[in-house]
Amino acid sequence: MIEALSLGFFQRALLAGVMLSLLCGVLSVFVILRRMAFIGVGISHSAFGGVALGFLLGLDPLWSGIGFSLVVALLIEWAQERGRLEQDAAIGIFFAVAMALGVVFLSLSRTYNVDVFGFLFGNILAVGPYQVGETLAVSAVVLGTVTLFYKELVFLSFDEEMAWVSGVPVRALRYLFLVLLALVIIMAIYLVGIILVSALLVIPGAVARNLTRHISGMLWVSVAAAVAATLAGLFLSLALDWPSGATVVLVLGLAFFLSQASRLWPGR
Amino acid sequence: MSPAAIQIRHLWVSYNHQPVLEDINLDIEENTCVGVLGPNGAGKSTLLKVILGLIAPTRGEILVFGENPRQGRNRGNFIGYLPQRPLSNPHFPVNALDVVLMGRYGRIGLGRRPKKEDRDAALAHLERLGIRHLADRPISELSGGEQQRVFIARALAVNPHLLVLDEPTISLDTCSQDEVYDLVKRLKDELHLTVIMVSHDIGAVASHVDDIVCLNRRVHVHSPPPIGRLALESTFGCAVEYLFHGEIPHRVVRVRDD
Repeated sequence: MIEALSLGFFQRALLAGVMLSLLCGVLSVFVILRRMAFIGVGISHSAFGGVALGFLLGLDPLWSGIGFSLVVALLIEWAQERGRLEQDAAIGIFFAVAMALGVVFLSLSRTYNVDVFGFLFGNILAVGPYQVGETLAVSAVVLGTVTLFYKELVFLSFDEEMAWVSGVPVRALRYLFLVLLALVIIMAIYLVGIILVSALLVIPGAVARNLTRHISGMLWVSVAAAVAATLAGLFLSLALDWPSGATVVLVLGLAFFLSQASRLWPGR
Repeated sequence: MSPAAIQIRHLWVSYNHQPVLEDINLDIEENTCVGVLGPNGAGKSTLLKVILGLIAPTRGEILVFGENPRQGRNRGNFIGYLPQRPLSNPHFPVNALDVVLMGRYGRIGLGRRPKKEDRDAALAHLERLGIRHLADRPISELSGGEQQRVFIARALAVNPHLLVLDEPTISLDTCSQDEVYDLVKRLKDELHLTVIMVSHDIGAVASHVDDIVCLNRRVHVHSPPPIGRLALESTFGCAVEYLFHGEIPHRVVRVRDD
């Protein structure tokens, strides 16, 4: 297993995996506090439509995926703002339609040799130097933006109406957060795939919520849980020859059950 | 006569073509404490949200200190606001000081961190409300009355001239209710605030405000207390029975559907 560390593809997988889980750990805190757990599922599954469109038109599936999920994320927000729908209903409708489109695109493109399986379940070990560069660029943008608007994002999660009255540009920030979420979800598809990516946006924050009482601590624990689970998952998958994405999610799930159990422990 | 803090002219608000507020005309003078009374669904909270700029009127005009409340907000003239349910997520992991600091976020501006002066100002507001010792306690672990004080401190942290309180006592026991009313009166005098307070607790409001607005889609009465029984009945649309208890400092009002 030690010699795996000297392999280029494994080094790249570790680097990309750590960066992506770090991003997910940060956003996960806001996803939990804003009760948006379901939106991760919605955006990631919508990406499937975009990825399939990329295959059909011969575009880079990453960018068509990002474009598609951004459109769906903004549509979800818009439907909820304008209509009478609750957010979960809007998500349920849009992601089903986007996935159905994806299936049709895929059958139209008749290219079954493409790595659809990799997009669905993640294939971090296949990440090339170019994708590592993309991951680092997105990480810098997302972390910079969250740092800049951290206090406003907390206020928004606490009480949007009050934030508006106090002079915070609520609407712009709400859309901005969705854009960040869509960016991170698409990048994290490399790591765990479309089907499982929402786990990375929900579980780290949930673990941290169980273990901490203040949001600053919650942020660090969430990031630590995400990064540690990714590292452990990658090494474990190598040792056991299990699929890497699924192993990461299983380690995260285990962390959640342990954190839940620790709350039952006497003396807390 | 002091200048008007709020001027409302022919104001209508409709949801889905259903009027919630009809032809409201109202002047509220500076440095008064006004109680807004009315039954459930009378449009009390809607009126507050129009004053705050959260809801745009369907028709008519509203001026807060001479300007449209949305323009006022954009120019940094914020209104202190205590929502009806200020803690929508009861386990949100922040402490009391964080909550009060939130009131200053709009002033601090995007991309900047709260500085020591912001922290000091927030602590001074907690001090003013007598709960400075709770600054580092998680908001979820405070009692209802303590939480209410924290949220009033946050409303003051925007440095308002106008304080808007939506049912400030609804989740409190009778003792804490009186404390909150006395507190608001003191703050009004100390900070030269204009206060608008919504309630459906007729007796309590009547004994703590300078002026009463009886609202049920339209303004039925606008005058200083005491408000007569007939005026209340026309607002509430049903028979109202006053029960005054001599020595006990609370008035109980019974509303009867005949």
